[in-house]
Amino acid sequence: MAEVDVRGFSCPIPVVKTKKAIEENPNEMVTVLVESAVSKENVSRLAQSKGYSVEVEETSDGYRLMLAPPKNRR
Amino acid sequence: MISDPNLIIGMERAEDAGVYKLSDELAIVQTLDFFTPIVDDPYTFGQVAVANALSDVYAMGGKPLTAMNIVCFPIKKMDISILQDILRGGLDKMREAEVVLVGGHSVEDNELKYGLSITGVIHPANVVLNTGAKAGDKLLLTKPLGTGIINTALKGGMADEEAVSKVIKCMVTLNRKASELMMEVEVHACTDVTGFGLLGHACEMIEGEDVGMVIYSSSVPLLPKTEEYAQMGLIPGGTIRNRDFRLPMIELAAEMSNERLLILFDAQTSGGLLISVPGQEADMLLHRMHEEGIEEAAIVGEVVDEPKGKIVVK
Repeated sequence: MAEVDVRGFSCPIPVVKTKKAIEENPNEMVTVLVESAVSKENVSRLAQSKGYSVEVEETSDGYRLMLAPPKNRR
Repeated sequence: MISDPNLIIGMERAEDAGVYKLSDELAIVQTLDFFTPIVDDPYTFGQVAVANALSDVYAMGGKPLTAMNIVCFPIKKMDISILQDILRGGLDKMREAEVVLVGGHSVEDNELKYGLSITGVIHPANVVLNTGAKAGDKLLLTKPLGTGIINTALKGGMADEEAVSKVIKCMVTLNRKASELMMEVEVHACTDVTGFGLLGHACEMIEGEDVGMVIYSSSVPLLPKTEEYAQMGLIPGGTIRNRDFRLPMIELAAEMSNERLLILFDAQTSGGLLISVPGQEADMLLHRMHEEGIEEAAIVGEVVDEPKGKIVVK
């Protein structure tokens, strides 16, 4: 399970770092902490484009995104 | 605010430039625009900044004459040759536009910025506003969309060469020819598509007016890879905010992905002109643009009676 903390970064850094984490940890859950609604939307979009499912939780300073890999690759 | 009978366009409207009447035959058009680098290459950045600043004058149908540089430069941490290259790029673009650099001002700043103040002329009766579109008009867009998304991909190190070279070519292209051609026909309204994106600027054209618009999303020209990068989440914050701000004015009349709608809101740098002309003149104007090398110009929508103040996206 990988975690990416991109609070304090603006686009495209959250997407770039999440993409890297997904590529380095194939078939694993990836948790991403983001600050803004923009980053939440863009990181979700990236994950979904790679077949991941996305769950979003609001946190005190933004959002926690839980990205689950496509089931057929597990 | 100070009023003056000779002030044709002032601050009270979201117009592209200010217009001040000097005589019954002559008005000056004034505008100012500067920003932080959007491309790595200093010479290219200089060119983009000039094309972008001149665009506001072109959008009003004016002829730019003179320019003044505005420079913020971190002289202590950046090599002066970078600034020289920026100014050289700017000057070359001014030469192409037949605009004369008459001066400028520079300050030391932590962050590099470059732009210009432009002065142009126009006949007071021929000022083209961003309002005034009439039902039955067609809407011409003269450059493809996607500069915001591709520049975001570029910043993230994810843009491929073809996309980058196309986006640069698009941003350094002057809107001069498009403006001159538009002034040869009966034009009702025009604006340049910049930070608010195509739909954001289209909203400004109809806000509070007695008309609405239909945009044919599949006719809108796009830079290569724009859709692919959008699907990867490489969308500028400004683009997403544009959509959130203007969504109440948008009616979706077709199934459309979120990304497709966001592309129509993509914040553009040095974007094209969005021109509203009577339907019978639109095809001719489009044909003239294609003849003159504005290859990607397209009819992207029309102005309608109903729904007023709304944009239907098909």
